[in-house]
Amino acid sequence: MTLLALLFALAFQTGDSTAPRPVVVASKPFGESYVLAEMFAQLLEARGMAVDRRLGLGATQIAFSALRAGAIDVYPEYTGTGLVAILHETPTGDRAQVYREVAAQFRARWDARWLPPLGFENTYAIAVRRATADSLHLRTLTDLARAAPGLRAGLTPDFIGRDDGLPGLARAYGLHFAAVHALLPAVKYQALAAGGVDVIDGYSTDGLIARYDLVVLRDDRGFFPPYEAAPLASGALARRNPAAIAALSELAGRLDAATMRRLNERVEVNGEPAATVAHDELRALGLVDRGAASVAPASAGRGSFVAYLWSRRSTLAAETARHVLLVAISLLVAILIAVPLGLALERAPRAAEPVIRVVGLLQTVPGIALLAFMLPLLGIGVVPALVALTLYALLPIVRNTYTGVRDADPSATAAARALGMTPRQVLLQVRLPLAAPVMFAGIRTAGVIAVGTATLAAFIGAGGLGDPIVAGLALNDTRMVLSGAIPAALLALATDGVLALAERLAAPKGLG
Amino acid sequence: MTALGAALAAHAVVKRFGAVTALDGVSMRAASGETVALVGESGSGKTTLLRCFNALTVPDAGRVTVDDTDVAGAGADPVALRRRIGYVQQDGGLLPHWTVQRNVELVPRLRAMPDAAARAAEALDLVGLDAARFGARWPRDLSGGQRQRVAIARALAAHPDAVLLDEPFGALDAITRGELREAFTALRARLRLTTVIVTHDLSEAVALADRVVVLRGGRVEQDAAPRDLLAAPASDYVRTLLARAGVRP
Repeated sequence: MTLLALLFALAFQTGDSTAPRPVVVASKPFGESYVLAEMFAQLLEARGMAVDRRLGLGATQIAFSALRAGAIDVYPEYTGTGLVAILHETPTGDRAQVYREVAAQFRARWDARWLPPLGFENTYAIAVRRATADSLHLRTLTDLARAAPGLRAGLTPDFIGRDDGLPGLARAYGLHFAAVHALLPAVKYQALAAGGVDVIDGYSTDGLIARYDLVVLRDDRGFFPPYEAAPLASGALARRNPAAIAALSELAGRLDAATMRRLNERVEVNGEPAATVAHDELRALGLVDRGAASVAPASAGRGSFVAYLWSRRSTLAAETARHVLLVAISLLVAILIAVPLGLALERAPRAAEPVIRVVGLLQTVPGIALLAFMLPLLGIGVVPALVALTLYALLPIVRNTYTGVRDADPSATAAARALGMTPRQVLLQVRLPLAAPVMFAGIRTAGVIAVGTATLAAFIGAGGLGDPIVAGLALNDTRMVLSGAIPAALLALATDGVLALAERLAAPKGLG
Repeated sequence: MTALGAALAAHAVVKRFGAVTALDGVSMRAASGETVALVGESGSGKTTLLRCFNALTVPDAGRVTVDDTDVAGAGADPVALRRRIGYVQQDGGLLPHWTVQRNVELVPRLRAMPDAAARAAEALDLVGLDAARFGARWPRDLSGGQRQRVAIARALAAHPDAVLLDEPFGALDAITRGELREAFTALRARLRLTTVIVTHDLSEAVALADRVVVLRGGRVEQDAAPRDLLAAPASDYVRTLLARAGVRP
């Protein structure tokens, strides 16, 4: 128990309680959100405030739930998204009306503050290859509706589900694609360029639209609401730290669409770190001193992958350590829950099948959905990640404990009882030792699953090797993705190896 | 080692499993030092009756006594009872994760006997196994006959008041079975310990026991010394069993 408390303390890394609380700046997992969040963060730092970055949080629901729960203080959001995806209202009105609407509603309902808009809109851009546009004579979304039954769409999961996304668009234009594939933002441009899909949803400020020479189809019926970018802050931040609100308001109206597209291109196409790009722009705007040191890590240049890994070694070590900690704690907690549960089920076989089915059901819930589901209860960060990982690890351990003990050599168990062992002695001296190899196999399975699932923890700001994977996907940086994915795979192998060794040591001699 | 052991008795014992009546008013007795065989076909109730003597089965009606003490009465302690009564099952039931020595020490250790190791060695010696040679082996490394010898040694190691054997030679090949029967007979002559042995083979019962109780459908068909059983089978059923076992009067 002491060990567990220590591990938890380590995992939370609770800072010095006397230090002022840092401003927690978050972003959603795509390039522009990273750049804007970096600009927020560096501007706050330049004004003398401590900042805690939680970049690349899952999606709109995760980021906004985190804001409501007080787990983050501010992140870049778009007014149209607030109106449609969060308020669930029909998109109507012009820019100023939409801003007034979300500002009033968010303040009244959730005590959240829309700070002054940054100066550009980033609306949805439905894009096709130039060749497709030319051959099918596509200029507008009305044109697209005509050709859609012969086209395959690759859309972000967000867009497929949102009212201001595919469902609304389909209604407004009578749009029906031959197929709709859910694609992450990071891969959809490549998928389009490679011909895997014919239509994608992008953002009007995406740097990749120019790079791949895509044609953006005009929203001729004015379906998409205005998507003005603005910092969305919690009321708590406004009360606690008015200086932060003032600093973020300095960005009001300073970024136009052309500027934003240029910044996005540097990040998404040229592969420059978001922190560097943000710093350069803040300097160009005269908002930070020329001399202020960039927080950006030194660019690794275009050297070998090994050199790149070496340049990230300290970050990588911290991410790996966090990953191991997430897995170790959740596995330990899962064992502490699942082994007694499995033993209890063995005593109450009538309850066993239903309980195991429920635990099994938990495992079929997709990781990101489980994390999103727990947000309102547990916020973001390490705690919900540990809870989710623990839930995932339960099934193999419960099931193997239950069946292992239940099926432990019935003849030996009967003899032990007949010769005068108490039920407790039979359990501890006969059934558990005989079940140990089966139980350890379950723990081993759970451990390997936990290593893989823990990469999703990055979506709720819990860190670990998912961080470079999520950031790399968002920033279109394959090396960054691999710098998380390869260590995660090696970690899974190592976990399997270590637990296999433990399994062999735990197996009683005389078996096999 | 000439302890005579306890007297075991069943008085009008009834045991039902759902709609099936396994024991339908059975009375029988094993006197101190006597070896009694319970014989019958499958479903005759012989194993159920055996398990009543160490309280693995609790009768619905009637009494089961060990030295005139009711084994299922108020204040009875089934765990303590089982530690005083040796038990051997058909497949041995050795604990696969324990060595031979540790298996045989089981009951002496449960009874907190300080000389558990010595008793185990002595018991192994009784069944014809050298403790120095076999003690450190794992059950899986033994032959079927050796495993059964270890199971018998384990049942005897704590010097029990009685010993119960459920088809102890049933899973063995004919040659090994013959060897073990001889060993059993030698042991019986030496220990004179109250013994109840369940078998479906009347020839085995006649060869090994002082008295044979034939069960049929949960009732006692005949209860007699082997000589009397052979001379005067009580029914056609007993005659059929005798004929099937190839035993001639």
